[in-house]
Amino acid sequence: MKTNTLILHTAALAIMPLQLMFSVFLLLRGHDEPGGGFIGGLVAASAFVLYAFAFGAESTRQLLRVSPRDILAAGLLFGLASTIPAFWTGQAMLTALWWEVPLPGEGYLKLSTVLIFDIGVYLAVLGTLMTFVISLMESEE
Amino acid sequence: MMLLAVLSGFLLAVAVPTLYRVAGKHIGWVLALLPALLTAYFASLIPAVSDGETLLIRNQWMPGLGVSLDFMVDGLALVFALLISGIGTFILIYAGSYLQGHKDLGRFYVTMLSFMASMLGLVLSDNLITFFVFWELTSITSYMLIGFNHEDAEARKCALQGLFVTAGGGLVLMAGLILLIFITGSYSFSEILASDLAIHDHGYYTAAAVCILIGAFTKSAQVPFHFWLPNAMAAPTPVSAYLHSATMVKAGVYLLARLNSSMDGDALWSNSLMFFGAATMLTGAYLAFSSTGIKKVLAYSTVMALGTLTMLIGVGTEKAIIAFVCVLVAHSLYKGALFMLAGALDHETGTKDITKMGGLWRSMPRTAAITGLAALSLAGLPPLFGFVAKELMFESVINSPGWPWALLTAAVASSILVVAVAGLVFLKPFFGPVRTTPKQPHDAPVAMLIGPAVLTLLALIFGVAPFLPATFVLDATVSSVYGSGVETALALWHGVNVPLMLSGASLLAGSLLFVTWQRLHSTLYAVNTAASRFGPEAGYFRFMLGITQVASWQTRVLQNGVLGIYLLILVLVTFGLTGYTLFTRHGFQLDFDFSNGYFYEFGIALLIVAATIFASVTRSRLGSVASVGVLGFGVALIFIHFSAPDLGITQLLVETLTVILLVLVLFKLPPFVNLSSPWERYRDLAVAVFAGAIMTLLMLAVLDIQYFDSISSYYIENSYGLAFGKNIVNVILVDFRQLDTLGEIFVLGLAAMGVYSMVKLRAEDQHKP
Repeated sequence: MKTNTLILHTAALAIMPLQLMFSVFLLLRGHDEPGGGFIGGLVAASAFVLYAFAFGAESTRQLLRVSPRDILAAGLLFGLASTIPAFWTGQAMLTALWWEVPLPGEGYLKLSTVLIFDIGVYLAVLGTLMTFVISLMESEE
Repeated sequence: MMLLAVLSGFLLAVAVPTLYRVAGKHIGWVLALLPALLTAYFASLIPAVSDGETLLIRNQWMPGLGVSLDFMVDGLALVFALLISGIGTFILIYAGSYLQGHKDLGRFYVTMLSFMASMLGLVLSDNLITFFVFWELTSITSYMLIGFNHEDAEARKCALQGLFVTAGGGLVLMAGLILLIFITGSYSFSEILASDLAIHDHGYYTAAAVCILIGAFTKSAQVPFHFWLPNAMAAPTPVSAYLHSATMVKAGVYLLARLNSSMDGDALWSNSLMFFGAATMLTGAYLAFSSTGIKKVLAYSTVMALGTLTMLIGVGTEKAIIAFVCVLVAHSLYKGALFMLAGALDHETGTKDITKMGGLWRSMPRTAAITGLAALSLAGLPPLFGFVAKELMFESVINSPGWPWALLTAAVASSILVVAVAGLVFLKPFFGPVRTTPKQPHDAPVAMLIGPAVLTLLALIFGVAPFLPATFVLDATVSSVYGSGVETALALWHGVNVPLMLSGASLLAGSLLFVTWQRLHSTLYAVNTAASRFGPEAGYFRFMLGITQVASWQTRVLQNGVLGIYLLILVLVTFGLTGYTLFTRHGFQLDFDFSNGYFYEFGIALLIVAATIFASVTRSRLGSVASVGVLGFGVALIFIHFSAPDLGITQLLVETLTVILLVLVLFKLPPFVNLSSPWERYRDLAVAVFAGAIMTLLMLAVLDIQYFDSISSYYIENSYGLAFGKNIVNVILVDFRQLDTLGEIFVLGLAAMGVYSMVKLRAEDQHKP
């Protein structure tokens, strides 16, 4: 499926990068403000779905570079990996660890295993939805 | 350190594909470094353990559930750990040569190393749940290894049989372990062993004992579950040598020995062990004698040894436990060696059938010499360790507190048979007239002989100087099984006594039996074939057939291919049960209170209701999908109105994407036709109204009463303090209830795979001519 409307093509190219940036923004702010990996993943997926509607499944695949299933697998791996560090510090599995990295100037960066886990959720959601959409679109062609 | 030692097998397994590319055909030697290092590490624990110490190493896993990665090293665990890592070293070297050039050698090593790690975890675990996890892991890796030649239907069938029997037993074992946890209130072996609680007085004792016995019996191939073990010989020989003789099948025996000092004291426990052990011993010995495939002969003699071990735990006297430990070690040494040698024979001659081999000692002198020594140990002849073990076995059976005569008869009969079996394994292939074999035989390569040579040499050293292993570790092992300190004082020569005379008699009778084997075996074969129609294996097949029949019957009824019926059943069952609980516990209350509502709340509600009605009456699919979308947006508005922005955003996004997915699917559907009769539509309407009514009443009931204190205040108070996050929804998702979320993203993954395979595989099918 591929549409040939100029409006959709132009709009998709303009909106998609914004959506992707917004999805990362949602992912990173999620711990303190509305947002998080799940919502971020949904926004990112809708960005790629918009692109797929405008330019077709094949060019979306090229844009993604990796197979949606690999994105999904990477997400699951991130999710699992985030549970491991606690082991090596002798704590129970799934215990969250936090690191504060000072930034130049004021403020500091909050890093944590929770963030790794959230990235995993983001990628898993994105991978799942893109697997759905791309395989459904391709089956029509 | 201990955690690393146990898990290192899994870590190395991950690296195998990379290592294989670098090391090539020397991969076996490279990988064997790990078990060799582990052997050294476990050997370094010997001094502490032989002083009677029990090492406890604690690691957290899931403290909230009582699950920990605690390890306990006492004599029993250490002997097993040494056998697993020691024999594992030689098996890995051996497999590199045996399977050289096999296209799946990498995969083989991945599974083999995972098995080794699981087995180490099994014997070292202190926590019952962790023990069970490792127990199941050994069943699964065993399944993959039996079915290693996965293109062979027979191998797949045997693998599945092994899995069903051991994993089925595993489920029963889990019930037993949980009952044991109920009885003792502890998740830890060391605490259960140390407590002086009279477990056999508890009301759950019988159920727990029976469940644990069934679990152990299936794993250790006791009658009537013994049939899976010979079939497991479909695996490549290194697997048979390692899993199905030296280690995995001993897991059941390990569990029995581990729990013996706590579970003992009741006639049920010791009598079942003695009865089933003796029956298994005799059955195994007889079937070994009547088989012709060299691996089957060895497999059945393993069944016999496992029976002997079970019986000795059942006898339970101090002498019997000493005999148990000696048989355990002796059997692992000679049977591991014999299996590797049998593999060498098979590899070099091209046949497994001993009736087709003869006079091989000329072409394979070194293989012959080692086999000879190992077979002496199997037959229980001096000066090998097998002799020491067998003498002790006789002695403890004579002095058994229960059924001494019956057990002695069974023991003597099996040792007569096993002398004949040793003849079959050694004399038959290597001596007598030379027979032409499918391959031109020549001696096996070093990598295939080093393992058997070292193991047999150990059996010889332990036989000549039995005080060596005794002082190092066996004393401690006997103490940990028996429950109190024991001095074993092993010796090769005990003077002329009853056991020695019994050994002599069984040697004579066994030799006679071996001479007549040629004439007997065709008759025995016919008898066995006739008997197998009534044996436990036939029962297994009937059971499996029954399961598939029931499954196909209930699939025809419940999942007949009409999606409407699936939905109907789901909705009726869910809301029927919910409604039942609601009316019996809460009663019927219907009081709406609209006084606090704002006009726009009514507006949203009306919008939702209108969208629902339109979705169900419209004849346009697109219209229906779009109005379901409207419904979703209405719900999102409600979320936002009641200040749940996370839920609102999620709902909006999910609704948008759902509509897109549905639109994509719509194109694939056939044109809209009315398939249902009016009657069916009224029935569906009634069910839908029923479900809606129950849901409404349920929501009202939830608002009306609270059975539990709300936990949201806990989250509100601790979200920032414990989890450093201000967004409570997200903190719950990724921290407080992270395990749930982890499970959910895996469910997402499964759903994606499901859709992908449905869409893709169907598309491929259609493209095929």
